[in-house]
Amino acid sequence: MPLNRRDFLKLSAAGVGGALCADAANAAQRETKQLPPDAVGMLYDSSLCIGCKACMSACKDANNMPPETPGQPTPLWDTPPETSGRTLNVIKLYQNGSAEHKDQEVDGYAFMKRHCLHCVDPSCVSVCPVSAMTKDPMTGIVEHHADRCIGCRYCVYSCPFGIPKYEYEDAFGQIQKCQFCAHLQAKGVIPACCDVCPTGASLFGTVEDLKQESQRRLQMQTDQEYEFPRGKLGGGRPGHIAKASRYLKHVYGEKELGGTQVMYMSAVSFDKLGLPTNVPDFGYPTISEGIQHTLYKWMLGPAVLLSGLVYVVHRNTRNHHDDDHSDSETSSDKGTS
Amino acid sequence: MSTHAPIGGKLFTRPFYFFLLLFMIALAILATRFIFGLGSVTNLNDGYPWGIWIVIDVMIGTAFGCAGYAVALLVYLFNRGEYHPLVRSALMAGMFGYTLAGMAVMFDLGRYWQFYTLMMPGYVQYNSVMLEVAWCVMAYIVVLWIEFLPTFLERFGLKNLRQKLSKVLFIIIALGILLPTMHQSSLGTMAVVAGHQISPLWQTQLLPPLFLISALLMGYALVPFEAILASMGLRQPMETSLLAKISGVALAVTIFYLVLRFADLLWRGALGFAFESNLDALMFWVENLLFIVPVVLLAQRSSRTNPALIFISAVSLLLAGSIYRINTYIIGYHPAAGGTWHYFPSVAEIMLTVGIFSFEVILYLIFVKTLPVLHRA
Repeated sequence: MPLNRRDFLKLSAAGVGGALCADAANAAQRETKQLPPDAVGMLYDSSLCIGCKACMSACKDANNMPPETPGQPTPLWDTPPETSGRTLNVIKLYQNGSAEHKDQEVDGYAFMKRHCLHCVDPSCVSVCPVSAMTKDPMTGIVEHHADRCIGCRYCVYSCPFGIPKYEYEDAFGQIQKCQFCAHLQAKGVIPACCDVCPTGASLFGTVEDLKQESQRRLQMQTDQEYEFPRGKLGGGRPGHIAKASRYLKHVYGEKELGGTQVMYMSAVSFDKLGLPTNVPDFGYPTISEGIQHTLYKWMLGPAVLLSGLVYVVHRNTRNHHDDDHSDSETSSDKGTS
Repeated sequence: MSTHAPIGGKLFTRPFYFFLLLFMIALAILATRFIFGLGSVTNLNDGYPWGIWIVIDVMIGTAFGCAGYAVALLVYLFNRGEYHPLVRSALMAGMFGYTLAGMAVMFDLGRYWQFYTLMMPGYVQYNSVMLEVAWCVMAYIVVLWIEFLPTFLERFGLKNLRQKLSKVLFIIIALGILLPTMHQSSLGTMAVVAGHQISPLWQTQLLPPLFLISALLMGYALVPFEAILASMGLRQPMETSLLAKISGVALAVTIFYLVLRFADLLWRGALGFAFESNLDALMFWVENLLFIVPVVLLAQRSSRTNPALIFISAVSLLLAGSIYRINTYIIGYHPAAGGTWHYFPSVAEIMLTVGIFSFEVILYLIFVKTLPVLHRA
């Protein structure tokens, strides 16, 4: 017998041991991805945001999205509670206790802006079977192409920030997510939300410049007045004069899950604002793709396994007349081990 | 003398009409889904994009369908010819399970009319675990039908074709072992990328082997489950000694699975989550107790000849593997999307799933009554 049960158990024990070691050392993990050369991004500064929602309105205009009016007997205002198939950008409010003081965790409040973070190593791009999610090799913008999407919603399931959404109420629905106004950027215009932001809370720029700007803010003296750029960093618009907040000494998105091109600064901890904080410094695709490509490199593993199987099965079916000679099949049990 | 034969008898019985009715209800639900969209019949939402149509109809459906894979592994790889009488009915279970799972995917796809992009060289994305699963499952459906082809050829007396097929069937059989090994493990890999959204009770890099082994287990459990139901419902002779043996195999694999599962939890220091008071912890214990029940019931050799104990163990294993999949993908999944999301399948969602399984029963009844599937000792 070419392969008996004992051998098989030994083999599988070895395989399992290997897998356990891989778990410890992440030997199977693939390399992390690097920021694209011309990466554009956004710095959202929660302390500068006044909650005017001009960005939400501009986003709907720029992307031709209808208003959402949940719970309004007579629809008056666009009041989406979350991003959805009709809303790509939403300003949310954190509140605690008496909610008296801005940018304070206890008895305070803070604003938060949610939309796609344009990950450096995006899960949605990694999981999509038909390349309907792509990351621009130069700008790093994560775009969706509905014309090839099969609607499996794996991107929705896997996004660590819960961003892509599907239109469930439409028989021919599609995935919707912020695409950083790529259609406007192609015409040299900056994303609508950054364009209309009156305080520079949503600031557009290259990721490298934005990182420097965030470092400048981290050096600021709390409650001293400074000038904060608006629209596009280095774009020449007059700035917004405001007092520096009690910033957390951390810029969200510099490292989280392999880094994101949309970054956050705040005085209120990021988990309170709804961002996942207990996360690794690498994207999850490094693990899932690592496992997959270790097992299926050049389809070598499956090819070897298949040839082994063909050999063993051929031998066993020939020896035993137990399968395919049914017309004379009178002794299927004869000749078994 | 041992051979396969159709069992004959009346086809249009009362149970047949009952399952047909359930299937018709499912068709009506499907019509609604295609005219008004997924939201019109399902409780899927922005937090839970995958519901029971994916997790039960596809993931659990194909795991049930691993009966053919599990038995083929014994007969053709480990050379245990004594299990051969079980091959045909197991293959048939696999064929139905996989074919209907493939159909069910189409009901759930939001943009099903662009399904062809999965086969277009310019579009396919080789990093996607789902691409591998999709290709593998499609290939395996074809393999299963070819593996089952001798049954049709025998029925219609095509001896020449039958013998020609026999000569190359070993390649198909080998593929029939390779493909499920690949995609059943990948169905576990698919959850890895969800990262922190899945509770540490289920999120592990050992998801691929755990999904593969539990799928095998469900395959081994389905064989006695189906055989005992057939012997009761269709008055077929029961091959108790064979069922005892395969229950022994299931017992060994279950113990191996449990050791791996708990070693992994201890290794990662995640077992503590099992002692919190929440739904995750409760469902974790339900899942694992269902794996432990058969170990207790079948531990003694003598109990493995008791059809009642074999049956209870088989049901327990099928439920265990099913709940493991539901736990990994739905219960243990805590969506990153802001807000509080809940998912419990709608009546229509459940009825579609029931309808698909009813269709399997209908096909089973037609096939065993008209084709040489079941073994006659």
